[in-house]
Amino acid sequence: MKTLVWVEHDGGAVKDATLAAVTAAAKLGEVHLLVAGQGVDGVAQAAASIAGVGKVHVADDAAYAHALAENVAPLAADLMGHHDAFVVPATTTGRNIAPRVAALIDVQQVSDILSVEGPDTFTRPIYAGNAIATVRTRDAKLVVTVRTTAFAKADAQGGTGTVEAVSSTGDKSLSSHVSSEMAENARPELTSAKIIVSGGRALGSGEKFAELIEPLADKLGAGIGASRAAVDAGYVPNDYQVGQTGKIVAPEVYVAVGISGAIQHLAGMKDSKVIVAINKDADAPIFQVADIGLVGDLFTLIPELTSKL
Amino acid sequence: MKLLVPVKRVLDYNVKPRVKADGSGVDLSNVKMSMNPFDEIAVEEAIRLREKSGGGEIVVVSIGEAKAQETLRTALAMGADRAILVVAEQKVEPLGVAKLLQAIVAEESPDLVILGKQAIDDDMGQTGQMLAGLLGWGQGTFASKVEVADGKVAVTREVDGGLETVSLTLPAIVTTDLRLNEPRYASLPNIMKAKAKPLANKTPADYGVDVAPRLETLKVVEPGKRQAGVVVANVDELVMKLQAMGIAK
Ligand SMILES: Cc1cc2nc3c(=O)[nH]c(=O)nc-3n(C[C@H](O)[C@H](O)[C@H](O)COP(=O)(O)OP(=O)(O)OC[C@H]3O[C@@H](n4cnc5c(N)ncnc54)[C@H](O)[C@@H]3O)c2cc1C
Ligand SMILES: Nc1ncnc2c1ncn2[C@@H]1O[C@H](COP(=O)(O)O)[C@@H](O)[C@H]1O
Repeated sequence: MKTLVWVEHDGGAVKDATLAAVTAAAKLGEVHLLVAGQGVDGVAQAAASIAGVGKVHVADDAAYAHALAENVAPLAADLMGHHDAFVVPATTTGRNIAPRVAALIDVQQVSDILSVEGPDTFTRPIYAGNAIATVRTRDAKLVVTVRTTAFAKADAQGGTGTVEAVSSTGDKSLSSHVSSEMAENARPELTSAKIIVSGGRALGSGEKFAELIEPLADKLGAGIGASRAAVDAGYVPNDYQVGQTGKIVAPEVYVAVGISGAIQHLAGMKDSKVIVAINKDADAPIFQVADIGLVGDLFTLIPELTSKL
Repeated sequence: MKLLVPVKRVLDYNVKPRVKADGSGVDLSNVKMSMNPFDEIAVEEAIRLREKSGGGEIVVVSIGEAKAQETLRTALAMGADRAILVVAEQKVEPLGVAKLLQAIVAEESPDLVILGKQAIDDDMGQTGQMLAGLLGWGQGTFASKVEVADGKVAVTREVDGGLETVSLTLPAIVTTDLRLNEPRYASLPNIMKAKAKPLANKTPADYGVDVAPRLETLKVVEPGKRQAGVVVANVDELVMKLQAMGIAK
């Protein structure tokens, strides 16, 4: 089987999520890549050195500068004329593009795969991860998005892929990029952080969130996450949300502070290796998944913990 | 402004899903079903856009068993004008739903279709993007802000890393994220009024769409359970545990 992996990049470097998608694709067959963007020579070279990669198709055009699905999908659909599977990391940009490609080639996409069980069979979470379904597709071609925490990252080095230019399918003039407001964050990216400290509604304000969570995260060298309630209340930007509808994370250690543990939150973090929960309510559902629990008032416990680490 | 809003009937988000013992799926007998939360947000947004544009019509659509009628009535009670129920015996997958919606769009010619970003039962997250692809329209997915002006819609999207704003030529597709708005509750008088609003009954055959499933579910199991952990008495014990694991010095 010939797979085509859509490469997520920031114009300069290949994003880690791509490496997990490459691992998933390699379980299906030959791995070919699609790099679409503007001024992406460097990205194409980096992509070609990912271990195990064959051809790297590069489409360099202003139409692809912001990864608009309206422009990228027709390009990918064309390339799917001679590939059998389109494999995409389940990031926000990947989830925006993949279903559009699937519709263009009349394929029912399989979203968010956790494992490859066979050439047409996958496991995937449903109901916010409260159930795992094994599904087999009857379609002749595959479109899958990959849950990146479920696959090891392919080695970014050692590959000997060949770069090949493909012609642009042009700007479809359906959409244009207006602006981006990226959250300033010097901390490890949530989806690749080894340790994450997350705060919930209990923090009470953005000031308290910063005053208590940040020093603890600094001590642990951790990334910072949050529950939806904390994001909705404006304590932190939306990008911090962990859960069914936020980021899916699986760090070595996840510290939940003042988070109740609603199923939608658990969906995003319950595959973490070690879960530490601090909550004043001994019956909070978060304790049902926690390896280490501490019951008490976070406003006294967190400063104490930070000072003792 | 004319708006089309597809709404799905799903297991209520507060209900803990139970996997059936025979591994055939999640047990949906005698459990509370509700409108997919993202679709409530879509209906709310449509109502606000209709108000801002000074009038127009909101058509809501649901594809599923006959009981999806309740979900449509809820949307009508919130403020939608008219409903279409496409009754399907079997579960219809996102590609099939998108094809039915494509046919309905051809009949209704809306300026904007607003869908949820995902249905919280199957967590597919595909239908809006597929519909946009089939129609050849622009798509503003995971929206946290929607502004219509001069034949265009500006959509602020929640993306990894922050927010991104795109501008789409109308007609277009929008899918909702959680922070787009707070959906209203339907008032009792409006629930009564909704009973008189038009609801058309259709089938996939009426639209000539083949909705045969492409995916076969071989089995559904519960995820691996985490082992019960320990509760420590104080911060010192927690620090010791963290040190033992090599997390703290
Ligand atoms: C469709 C849908 C999708 C959703 N997606 C997500 C998602 O992706 N991520 C997500 O997180 N949520 C999501 N939610 C929301 C989810 O259902 C919960 O509402 C949310 O996770 C609650 O956040 P919380 O735990 O911070 O707040 P709460 O539930 O209010 O919990 C606060 C906790 O803090 C504890 N506490 C209070 N004061 C203190 C103190 N002084 N010291 C210690 N502990 C204290 C309380 O005991 C309580 O357990 C979603 C909901 C819906 C409907
Ligand atoms: N059976 C259905 N009936 C009506 N709308 C649906 C249906 N399935 C999906 N949708 C719409 O498509 C969105 C995304 O669903 P999905 O792609 O299944 O995650 C939902 O939030 C609905 O707006």
